Amino acid sequence: MRFERREDISLPALLLAPFAAIAVALVLCAGLIAMAGVSPLTAYAEMLRGAYGSRLAVTETLTRASPLILTGLAAAVAFRARLWNIGGEGQFYMGALMTAALGHSAVAALPLPLAWAVLVVAGMAAGAVLLLVPAILRLRFGVDEVVTTLLLNFVVLLFVGLMVEGVLKDPMAFGWPQSVPVASALRLPDLVPRSRLHIGLVLAIVMALVVWIVQSRSVFGAQTRAAGLNPSAAAFAGVPLTATLVKVAALSGGLAGLAGVIEVLGPLGYVTTTMSPGFGYAGIVVAMLAALHPVGVVAASVFVATVFVGADAMSRATGVPSFIADVIMSVALLAMLTALLFTTYRVRR
Amino acid sequence: MIGSLDILANASLWAAVLRIATPLIFGVLGALVCERAGVLNLGIEGIMTLGAMVGWLTVYWGGDLWTGLAMAVAAGMAMGFLHALLTVPLGLSQHVSGLGITLFASSLSYFLYRLWVQVGDLPPTIEPFKPLPVPYLSAIPFLGEAVFTQMPPTYLAFAMVLFVAWVLGRTPLGLALRMTGENPHAVEAQGLNPIRIRIGAVMAGSGLMALGGAFLTTGAFNSFFPTMVQGRGWICIALVVFASWRPGKALLGAILFALFDAFQLRLQTTTPGVPYQLFLMAPYLLSIVALILVARRARVPEALMTPYRRGER
Repeated sequence: MRFERREDISLPALLLAPFAAIAVALVLCAGLIAMAGVSPLTAYAEMLRGAYGSRLAVTETLTRASPLILTGLAAAVAFRARLWNIGGEGQFYMGALMTAALGHSAVAALPLPLAWAVLVVAGMAAGAVLLLVPAILRLRFGVDEVVTTLLLNFVVLLFVGLMVEGVLKDPMAFGWPQSVPVASALRLPDLVPRSRLHIGLVLAIVMALVVWIVQSRSVFGAQTRAAGLNPSAAAFAGVPLTATLVKVAALSGGLAGLAGVIEVLGPLGYVTTTMSPGFGYAGIVVAMLAALHPVGVVAASVFVATVFVGADAMSRATGVPSFIADVIMSVALLAMLTALLFTTYRVRR
Repeated sequence: MIGSLDILANASLWAAVLRIATPLIFGVLGALVCERAGVLNLGIEGIMTLGAMVGWLTVYWGGDLWTGLAMAVAAGMAMGFLHALLTVPLGLSQHVSGLGITLFASSLSYFLYRLWVQVGDLPPTIEPFKPLPVPYLSAIPFLGEAVFTQMPPTYLAFAMVLFVAWVLGRTPLGLALRMTGENPHAVEAQGLNPIRIRIGAVMAGSGLMALGGAFLTTGAFNSFFPTMVQGRGWICIALVVFASWRPGKALLGAILFALFDAFQLRLQTTTPGVPYQLFLMAPYLLSIVALILVARRARVPEALMTPYRRGER
């Protein structure tokens, strides 16, 4: 058995790949659900109902999808340039922490759109800096960024703990380790009344479109792709590799940081050490399911959010552990990786 | 400062160092075996979690402690086989596949644990390994308490360093494995199958990783809980680079790291007023600093992360 690179990748095959991967994941995980003594069909129906069965459920699913779009974009832009940013989780928390730190200070006194702009820029900068450190360590010292970004996730989470139990501690929270809430005037307006869904979703979708246009229409986008596909050929063609990777790192870290900003300004209002149900890691799954395409990221985020929100409801209704959501996601990731192989290679005997 | 030197002269600190180092020694050896054959295994964090869960569950269900370790190794090898299948014959991205394996193995562990174990206010416990004093040697002052009064898996970890070093450095199998990591085409030219060697190496390495995870729940602690591996797998990946892919240096790295960890744990109790998070951050930051110091000088296996396809350069 050997693999032969296809001359052209067919678009229908590429579009079909994520659906095939998700189908494989659902079929394989049906076995685990059956082990829990619940009919997989019932469980999946409960998941759909939990994610879309009511107005509240739909808004919860979209609320969950909003930060996922941004962490998914963060992974997608970095992976496209072969910058392995696994630190989305840490960058998310840096953005969130920055928002909480500034959100009850003098910034709150600024007129509204300006205050939001300051918070967004500051949060994105915090996320960007956290990724620039590993990016520069790789460029300057040859340190693999996978390990450094992963290790920094743990450091940042401890730092968040230090802040919310220390200088940012909310004295009104009855001893719970959470930060002082941001000024209520700063909270993002709701998209749907009486729900947690906020305009952060619109912002995330706009960011996806902006990234798409930048990637497909700008010189920077072409340089990113070239740097990812073949660095030595790109360098030979005059692509400034170092500058491109630094810009990609700033963009990727900034997007993950922005996810933290909208999560604090939107549904939560404050920072805790458990505010992210793995948004950073799930962003990697989102990016892969989207085959690193910015518009695909939006669709993949909705799928992942559906699985998470649906699994919580299904778990309450049937008793199947809600960790099934993480299993479905990880199997979908591995299946998608395999499916992508068959869109770019054909098998010869 | 005098106080911290006193801590270093304490035999119980060194006993703790070797206990903390044990899972790291297994993990770093596992990662080393995979990488010497040319495959990066970022599944390590999840494989250690799975090993911890399977090892604990086997004992919880009435198995022997050693049976628990064996089951953990089997589970780890199964995950390793999956990673090898995706990255070796299929040649998929080792980064993404490894992360996928970590997500899969850890979420599967949590799912099965929650499914099969009734958890009350506190997680249920098992009777873990007990320290086994080595006859005669444990009577030596200081060294006896620090080195020769350990739990059996710790002795196994040290034996494993010698074994892996011997296999890699002194046997035809080890030569073939190292060659696969440097130049798989040369292996093919010798009439050996680099694909099989890589699959075997990843499975063996993943078994060792799972053994490290299993020690956490059958030796260091007596229960399983989510996120208990706490990035030890990632630290092992950093330690392999630090060790320049050599088993002896890997042992040294694991012990240095454990010394630092044990030291910060003692400092936490002797220096009140400093937030505990600062101490907990230190090991992760130390790993990054270690990587910066050695990264340029590290002797990376030539074909690491390069998929091997027959007849393709």
